[in-house]
Amino acid sequence: MARMKFLCDSERCIECNGCVTACKNANETEWGIQRRRVVTLDDGEVGKEVSISVACMHCSDAPCMAVCPTDCFYPTEDGLILHNKDACIGCGYCLYACPFGAPQFPKQGAFGARGKMDKCTFCAGGPESDPVLEEQKYGANRLREGKLPLCAEMCSTKALLAGDAQQVADIFRERVVYRGHRNSAWGSVEHEAAESEQLAQQAADLAYDATQSV
Amino acid sequence: MERYWSVRDAKTWLMLLLVVLMALPATVLAQSADARREAFQAMPGTTPEFWRDAVEGVSGRTQSNSPGADTLIMVEGERWREIRNQWISPGGAIALGGSLLAITLFYLLVGQVKLENPRTGKKIERWTRWDRTIHWYVAVLFIILGVTGLSILYAKWFLMPILPTSVWAAWMTAAKNIHNYLGPLFAIGVLAMILKWLKHNFFNMTDLKWFLKGGGIVGKAHPSAGYLNGGEKVWYWVIVTVGLTVVVSGLVLDFPNFGQSRETMQLFLIIHAVASLILMAAAFGHIYIGTLGTEGAFEGMKTGYVDESWAKQHHDLWYDAVKKKTGS
Ligand code: HEM
Ligand code: SF4
Ligand code: SF4
Ligand code: SF4
Repeated sequence: MARMKFLCDSERCIECNGCVTACKNANETEWGIQRRRVVTLDDGEVGKEVSISVACMHCSDAPCMAVCPTDCFYPTEDGLILHNKDACIGCGYCLYACPFGAPQFPKQGAFGARGKMDKCTFCAGGPESDPVLEEQKYGANRLREGKLPLCAEMCSTKALLAGDAQQVADIFRERVVYRGHRNSAWGSVEHEAAESEQLAQQAADLAYDATQSV
Repeated sequence: MERYWSVRDAKTWLMLLLVVLMALPATVLAQSADARREAFQAMPGTTPEFWRDAVEGVSGRTQSNSPGADTLIMVEGERWREIRNQWISPGGAIALGGSLLAITLFYLLVGQVKLENPRTGKKIERWTRWDRTIHWYVAVLFIILGVTGLSILYAKWFLMPILPTSVWAAWMTAAKNIHNYLGPLFAIGVLAMILKWLKHNFFNMTDLKWFLKGGGIVGKAHPSAGYLNGGEKVWYWVIVTVGLTVVVSGLVLDFPNFGQSRETMQLFLIIHAVASLILMAAAFGHIYIGTLGTEGAFEGMKTGYVDESWAKQHHDLWYDAVKKKTGS
C-alpha cells in the first residue's frame, strides 16, 4: 500500500494561497473552517522570507488520535488519519495536541460548544457509506476517484506535492539535484565545486530519506 | 500491512537526528520529536535557521483566522499529550483505585464505628434544611460531574469496546454536554457551601488534640470534638482549595468563547484533571465515613437530626453546648 504524504517545497511556495482556495472549493467546508493555510515567516525581509503551506500532516504516531476522548480517529491503509464526525463531541483536545493546528471547529461557543471537528482528509472523504452524505460531512473523496488532493494539483509552482511518499520524494530529490547546493537543504554556505556537488547529493539523500521513512 | 519501523528506518533517523542535532538545542529536541519528524518530512529544503525557528514555535503571518494559525508548529502539544496520557490517566486510575482499596481494607480490618451506647431516641438538630439542601445539591452535581468527567478521561478504554458506535457517540455527547452545562451550577453550590460553613471550620486546640489521637478511629481513644471534628474541617479546606481549583479551571475550559490560546487550555486541562482526580479520591473517603463507616452519621445529613448518644460520642463539646443552650 502507498504511504500518502504532503511535501511543501519552501523554495517554491510563493504564498499565493491557491491551495487554500482549492481546498475550500473541493471540500465546500463550513464557514470559518480552513483546512489548509499558508504561514509566512520573516514576512517582507528580503532573502529571509519563507512560506509554507500547512494542513494535517497525517502523522505516523498521531497526537490527535492519542488524546481524543471518543477515539474517533482511525488510520487508513494509505497512512491517512481520518475521523468519524458522528462520534466527535467537539471537545477540542485534538487541536490542543496537534502540532500543526490542523483541527478546525465551526464555532467557539460558551459551555464548550464547538460543533464537530473538521480537518484535512487528504481529499479522502470519511467513514460514510452514502457518497452524498460523505461529501456533505467530510468533503470530496478524490482518492476514491483516482485523483490526488486538489490543493496540490492546483499549486501553481508545484511547491506543494501530495501523493505516494516515494514518488513525492523522487520528484523532490531530482529538484534538489538540479538546483545545486546554493538552494539546497542545510547548505547556506559557499563551497568548492566538487564539495558542493557532494553536498547537493547529501541533501537530496536526506530529503529522500525524510519522505521515505514512515 | 504497513511497515512502521525497521532497522533501515532507524539508521535513517539516526542520520537525520545527527544533522538536526547540529542545528538544535537539545531541550527542544526532547520536547517535540514527533512534530519535528512530521514537519521534516513535509517541509524539506529549508535552512537550519528556519528549522530552529519552526521547532521553537515561531509565528509568522497567515490569512487564516483560526486560533493559533500563525504558528507553524505548536511544540507544547506533544508535552500536553504526554502529561495527560502518560501521567494523568494512569496516575488518576491509581489514585482512585488506591483510595477504594484503602477504604475496603480499612472496612475489613477496623469495621464500622458503632454507637457505643444505645440510642436514646432523643434527637438534636445538626443540619438545617438549608445545610442539607446545599450539601445534597453539591453532592449530586459532584457525582454527575465525576461520572461524566471520568467518561471523558477513561471511557474509551472500557466503554467504547462494548458499545455499538451510535450508543457510544450518544453517551459521550451527552457526557460532554452534561458536564459542561452543569459545571457552572456546581460552582455556585460550592461557593454557597464554603460561605455557609466557614464559621464552623476554623481550627483550634481541640482539633490539634483530636489529630494527635488519630481522630479516635483506631484504638479505644475518644478525642473531644466540637460541632465539627478535625477530620471534617480538613475535608472542608480540601473543598476550599482543591474544589475551587477544579471550579476555576473548569470555568476557564468551559468558555472558549473568550479566545483562550491552545497553551492556556492545555495548562488548565492539566490542572482540572489533576485537581478533580484528587478531589474524587478524597471524596471516596468522605462518602465512606459518612455512610458505611460511622453508624448514625448518615441520618444527620438525611433528616437533619442525630441521636443524642451519637452526638455525645462523636461531638461531645457540641453536645454539651447544645444542652447548655437549651437548658435541659
Ligand atoms: C465548575 C465546575 C466544572 C466545570 C465548569 C467543568 C468543566 C470541564 C470542562 C470544560 C472539561 C473539558 C471537557 C470538555 O470540554 O468536554 C472538563 C473535563 C473534566 N472534568 Fe470538569 N468541570 C467542573 C467540575 C468538575 C468536577 C467536580 C469533576 C470531578 C468530580 C470534574 C472532572 C473532570 C474530568 C475528570 C475531566 C476530564 C479531563 C481530561 O480529560 O483531561 N469536573 N471539565
Ligand atoms: S490533526 Fe494534527 S496531530 Fe492529527 S494527524 Fe493531522 S497533523 Fe497530525
Ligand atoms: S474534538 Fe472531536 S475529534 Fe477532536 S478530540 Fe474531541 S472528540 Fe476527538
Ligand atoms: S488534501 Fe484535500 S482536504 Fe487536505 S488540504 Fe488538500 S484539498 Fe484540503
